[in-house]
Amino acid sequence: MSVQLRVNPIACEAHGMCAELLPELIELDDWGYPIVDGERVPPELLEHARRAADACPTLALLLAQRPN
Amino acid sequence: MTELSTTLADPATTKLPRLLAGLEGRRPVSLSEHHERLGHAPRLDSAGLLAEIERSGLRGRGGAGFPVARKMQTIVAGPTPQAVVANGSEGEPASRKDRLLMSRAPHLVLDGAVLAANVVGAEEAIVCVKRGAARAVAALLGAAQERADLAIDDVGLTVCEVSPQYVAGEETALVHQLNAGPPKPTFIPRRPFESGVAGRPTLLQNVETLAHLALIARFGAGWFRELGTDDDPGSILITLSGAVARPGVYEISAGMRLGRLLEAAGGSTGPLQAMLVGGYAGRWFAAEEAVDLPLGHQALGSLGGTLGPGVVTALPRGACAVGETAAIARYLARESSGQCGPCVHGLSAIADAMSEIACGHAAPGTHEWVTRWCEDVTGRGACHHPDGAARLVSSCLQLFAEDIDRHESGRPCIPPPALVDLLPTGADERAAAGNPA
Repeated sequence: MSVQLRVNPIACEAHGMCAELLPELIELDDWGYPIVDGERVPPELLEHARRAADACPTLALLLAQRPN
Repeated sequence: MTELSTTLADPATTKLPRLLAGLEGRRPVSLSEHHERLGHAPRLDSAGLLAEIERSGLRGRGGAGFPVARKMQTIVAGPTPQAVVANGSEGEPASRKDRLLMSRAPHLVLDGAVLAANVVGAEEAIVCVKRGAARAVAALLGAAQERADLAIDDVGLTVCEVSPQYVAGEETALVHQLNAGPPKPTFIPRRPFESGVAGRPTLLQNVETLAHLALIARFGAGWFRELGTDDDPGSILITLSGAVARPGVYEISAGMRLGRLLEAAGGSTGPLQAMLVGGYAGRWFAAEEAVDLPLGHQALGSLGGTLGPGVVTALPRGACAVGETAAIARYLARESSGQCGPCVHGLSAIADAMSEIACGHAAPGTHEWVTRWCEDVTGRGACHHPDGAARLVSSCLQLFAEDIDRHESGRPCIPPPALVDLLPTGADERAAAGNPA
């Protein structure tokens, strides 16, 4: 299984927690919304990615699991 | 836009018009006239009709140009019951072709909707028309009544008025409205073909697409392919507007060069600067390059363009392309459904910056911000609205780089040239409502 980051753009309210907790994979645009290119989360960052998803106040950050 | 419908006979193949044939009277074609000219739609089994559609290579005419058979197959394979939605919402302001078809050839559209329902096993087809398109609604309702009186269909037909907003015709937004939600796109884990109207697997097709389907069922895939190219088979409706002698809706052989369409429309009203191809989510091309463009989804796509819903607008040499683009960018920013941050903030910032550039108030280099914002917003909405706006503005920055530099150096067009009739005005909307041709 590989894990990809996705954002629900309707739910996202630019709290920015995800970029704080996962700066390795997420940067913010000029208005504070996360830019997520659907990149795979490397295994060593998986725990951080889960924490970021859990911390999102609107649950807009999603970890999509895909078969390899 | 001048209200006019014209058909273009291609000298190479005198087989046009197809969809626009028999529309000489300025009224809807009745059921008896329709059957007299075309006969009844044959009753084919679902698999046979689907195979014929696949052989025809018919692509969707709503904008994306997706192969119709492939879309149907996803529904056919799904669980029952299904629904069919005929999308006649025509949110693109410069497009007139869907309203023309619905208001003058309603039975062609309804035949297609019924046949599509037969293919996917739906018992109901819903035709969506934007509020204000009174003639189209009246024609469809009258046509549906004629059919109900004679009980010719085994599919229930409903005509539904939907929001006239730009984004409201997007597939998930349309389904959202039919499910009593607001006219806004939804975030998709589930596409309409999985869960659409009332949770049913739903096939959405543009009304022109369905009208082609009605003819393919009668005359076959081979006949359909007598026009167009291998990649872009059949005929296609194009709404031509701007600085041309005879603007209006034209039916052409798909893949035909834009220059030939211009000639058929009586040429331009003066020297042209550029053409906007694909509508407000389309792309600017320099006039001399545009005349060679092939008007087909595949052919144009391979050249980096998009046909969109078949919309072409001619910009005369005296007009200010920067100002026109700024006005459209402002319109598109306002038409954001307001749900996704990158679209709400990004399109608004892009529109503001473009307006400042157009007025000569922007600092040199402002366009570099716009370029970055266009990249930033692309692909970051629940629907493709920001992508289309970014495509239009990026093409302006590329094609009119010298104009942009001049505007940013404090030398805007003075006095500002009058805007070409690109944006819909109140008067235009009224005219369209009263006289949708």
